[in-house]
Amino acid sequence: MSLDVFREELRRQLPELAVVRSLDYAVSGRHLEIQAERGQVESIARTARKVGFFLEAITAIDFTDGPQVIYLFNSYEAPSRVQVRVQLRPEESLATISSLYDAALWYEREVFDLFGIRFDNHPGLRRLLLPEDADFHPLRKDFGKVHAFRSVKEIYGEPTA
Amino acid sequence: MANPLPESAFEQTYYLNMGPQHPSTHGVLRLFLKLDGEYILEADPVVGYGHRGHEKMAESHFYEQFLPNTSRMDYLSGLIYNHGYVAAVEKMAGIAVPPRVEYIRVICAELNRISSHLLWFGTYLLDLGGITPFLYAFDDREHIMDALDRITGSRLTYNYCRFGGVAKDVDPEFARATRDFIKRLRSRFDDYHTLVTKNVIFINRTRGVGVIDRDAALRFGCTGPVLRASGVPYDIRRAEPYSVYPALNFDIPTGAAGDAMDRYMVRLREMEQSLRIIEQALDGLPEGPFKGRAPRKVRPPKGDYYFAVESARGALGYYIVSDGTSYPYRLKVRVPSFGNLQVLTEALPGTLVADTVAILGSVDIVVPEVDR
Repeated sequence: MSLDVFREELRRQLPELAVVRSLDYAVSGRHLEIQAERGQVESIARTARKVGFFLEAITAIDFTDGPQVIYLFNSYEAPSRVQVRVQLRPEESLATISSLYDAALWYEREVFDLFGIRFDNHPGLRRLLLPEDADFHPLRKDFGKVHAFRSVKEIYGEPTA
Repeated sequence: MANPLPESAFEQTYYLNMGPQHPSTHGVLRLFLKLDGEYILEADPVVGYGHRGHEKMAESHFYEQFLPNTSRMDYLSGLIYNHGYVAAVEKMAGIAVPPRVEYIRVICAELNRISSHLLWFGTYLLDLGGITPFLYAFDDREHIMDALDRITGSRLTYNYCRFGGVAKDVDPEFARATRDFIKRLRSRFDDYHTLVTKNVIFINRTRGVGVIDRDAALRFGCTGPVLRASGVPYDIRRAEPYSVYPALNFDIPTGAAGDAMDRYMVRLREMEQSLRIIEQALDGLPEGPFKGRAPRKVRPPKGDYYFAVESARGALGYYIVSDGTSYPYRLKVRVPSFGNLQVLTEALPGTLVADTVAILGSVDIVVPEVDR
């Protein structure tokens, strides 16, 4: 199974990775969740590329603690959706993975466009969907009409190590 | 010559804006092309002209209020978007769905898939200069529109699915019209193949043009017919089975070369498979209610959920984060056209300007879906 290969490879490449847990596909739609530090994203993406996963999406969620960036990897062979969460502090940047996955070129531009999160060493980090002269990042919770602005804890509860 | 041209004038590269208003871009898309004569050196698709902020809208509306938005992203497979969204929220909130509803949704989704492929077939040939197939395809498509209009009330931007059910039950007249259509379309495929597939001009314009191999598809996250044409049998309906698809027999057509011709063949054969699915679903359509029990206001429990379905263009995913209220905290839509359009930055360079239309058309993008 591709998921086991991925986990095995991940254990070898990143033994210091704190939270890797299996999710119940029936209730979450994903198979594996990884909580990563800022600096570990590139190594995780390299591992995913090595075992033949594709990048399904990059997106973000805005919390009062700062934005959380979500990476979704999946495999064409056997469904194994891996979600990587990276909690950032406000205005913190993240390393690009566009040298590993070309798809990240646009996904990172979209996240930058909508959330204002910068990706270091991205070859052309400009707006994707909004006009070039826009001076706001619409999916931030301090922009426009929103129903609630919450902390990570309010939604996911206390972190379980 | 009084004013001799500088020598560099004959070896200059120049930029060409194809779009945003161009008949072959099917929506508002601009291709920023760097050209050397007739050859493309770089291609940069510029999107966002149709950005409406659907994901932002979701955050200030109830789950129910977002329903009409779903079919306005990819307006050609609106029912599949409807289905994906309601199924995601149902799974999250634990709403039971009666079996009849699942069958109705699958029938409608597959009809929608065929109508999307037929529209693609017609307009793609129109892009390549053939007007007749366009008229044939729209004639056939009209029968789907009429059948769907009968039960959903709309022709394009459907708002048919409800949490735990559908808006209106299907009647015997719909079943009869659908069966008639299946018979009709099956007999038309021969015409299509004679008219188009065996046409030497069509073959020359698509064979070996715009090759997207397995590696490129993986790097750009392509899904749907674009990926399957390169020989990867990845279809969400089989990979992550949902609804009643596990109970139905159908094949996943694949190509080998990953060129425009393969993508064309994959879509045509997919229509045949969709007809098979509809036929089985109509045969197996159980009696029962067309609406289940759903709360007036849906409040999924705290947490997040990802749900994927196979749209006419590839893997469509809804990622919903709930804070326990009746408003989604975050709703991300993973659209298939995103990767399928981006791959053009690699597929276009090195080809001729004249092939741009043949390649762009063959990946079948819907720009409002990318823009959201």
